[in-house]
Amino acid sequence: MIKLIETLGRTLIGFSGELGRIVLLLLATVRQALMPPLELRNTFYQMLEIGVRSLPVVVVTAIFTGMVFALQTYTGFKRFGAESVVGTVVALSMTRELGPVLTGLIVAGRAGAAMAAELGTMRVTEQIDALETLATNPVRYLIVPRFFAGMIMLPAVTIVADIIGIIGGYIVTVGLFKTSSVVYWKRTWDFLVASDIYNGLIKACFFGASIAIISCYKGFYTSGGAEGVGKATTGAVVLSSMTILISDYFLSNWLFR
Amino acid sequence: MIKLEGLFKSFGKGGVLKGLDLEVEKGESRVIIGGSGSGKSVILKHIIGIMKPDKGHVFIDGVDITVMKESSLYETRKKFGMLFQMAALFDSMNVWENIGFGLRRRRDLRPADIKEIAVDKLKMVGLVDVENLMPSELSGGMKKRVGLARAIAYEPEILLYDEPTTGLDPITADAINDLIVEMREKLRVTSVAITHDMSSAYKIAGRISMLYDGKIIGTGTPEEIRGTDNPYIRQFITGSATGPIKIEGVSDDRNIDRN
Ligand SMILES: Nc1ncnc2c1ncn2[C@@H]1O[C@H](COP(=O)(O)OP(=O)(O)OP(=O)(O)O)[C@@H](O)[C@H]1O
Ligand SMILES: [Mg+2]
Repeated sequence: MIKLIETLGRTLIGFSGELGRIVLLLLATVRQALMPPLELRNTFYQMLEIGVRSLPVVVVTAIFTGMVFALQTYTGFKRFGAESVVGTVVALSMTRELGPVLTGLIVAGRAGAAMAAELGTMRVTEQIDALETLATNPVRYLIVPRFFAGMIMLPAVTIVADIIGIIGGYIVTVGLFKTSSVVYWKRTWDFLVASDIYNGLIKACFFGASIAIISCYKGFYTSGGAEGVGKATTGAVVLSSMTILISDYFLSNWLFR
Repeated sequence: MIKLEGLFKSFGKGGVLKGLDLEVEKGESRVIIGGSGSGKSVILKHIIGIMKPDKGHVFIDGVDITVMKESSLYETRKKFGMLFQMAALFDSMNVWENIGFGLRRRRDLRPADIKEIAVDKLKMVGLVDVENLMPSELSGGMKKRVGLARAIAYEPEILLYDEPTTGLDPITADAINDLIVEMREKLRVTSVAITHDMSSAYKIAGRISMLYDGKIIGTGTPEEIRGTDNPYIRQFITGSATGPIKIEGVSDDRNIDRN
């Protein structure tokens, strides 16, 4: 029993210590971000990494999610004759939840892992030390661009996911179940309000910032050679994904109630 | 110029630096010798301020950099060039971009000028036609020389070399030694070099200091060091496994019982 409390306590202390260090890194990042000039070339490159290169996976995920969502709602709602609202269900779930969350999880797995691995390698091979000796602040040079890129590109990719998901729903409802295309679009637009979309994008923006800062943190403070880089990479994906799923609840509670 | 005062540093287990004092004068070429893992690289990282001591002070031109604001610390670092033990080249950039990295903030230089300077520095370290290669395409010795070219690219006042000749063939190593001597004689740079290679130490050093057990246990000109009667330094420069210096994991009693 005492052992259990001890372990629990140690985990909690370890976790709050880590949270504290992440917040400190976030503050340092914001401070550097407020002092121009920014590293535009690095930022642009990271935007490509996060946005464009994640797009294929996001498109495939979104279209199948939209399709299976339409399939399940159609067959389920048919039982009480509500199959005409499929368009609404797909549109609301994609814009409010699935678009931002799925995009977040995919980007955490791809770009988050890449950030942690790259910064981790730079740390253990002393490239980060070398940056400092060349009078370059590594937070400014490495982390600020990734932070901005995450914050800008995650909402951008989420918009694509929203649209593709809704199209996926359309393909199944209209193509497979032969319902009226007019009804699907009407149902989609009738109940969808602007706040569904932009609140979803606010979530995406928060997820993008979280992925970037968590993954950069894991990479930046890597120690212990190649093995350490491996640990940092898995750690970044796990912690970013958990952060997305947990904060999603609280953000939804705040934005959509 | 460089003055370390009572430096203590530990990484969890036991201390690495235990009250280390070291003073390097302007224009001097100092070599630090010492066993593997004794903390030589750690000393260089304290001089340039990328490690903070647990206790003690680091003065550069009379200013204590351990209590400095971050922005002035970055300013101070512009006086330095550092060659890392494993070169630490940026692997996302090619060779000339690596060398020119410290110059890229200078508004008066166009990329073509920077490339020209880089090619010039490469020639100084004995490399030609490698400026467009990526670090992953270089051998270990070439990386080291590119690292050296990067350190000297913006003509700093102080150069820190972490094992500049380790891993090079004897001829290239000697060329690097000559380059280090030339840097001191022509450009009057102050330098601190770490090396295991005693022939290199004798060639480049004005004075040699030996690090042992977290402190500098002796300093002298190459002649003084050669003729020292300090048993620790004697053991190190003659490269003998028996003597007062204990190496962890190596048995004191070397008479292994073979039955
Ligand atoms: N960033 C760090 N974190 C933890 N321990 C470190 C760190 N840097 C150095 N050490 C430890 O400090 C000690 C001295 O390391 P250092 O790299 O200075 O040795 P060295 O004298 O340069 O050895 P070598 O000749 O092998 O390069 C080692 O035990 C090393 O494990
Ligand atoms: Mg070393």
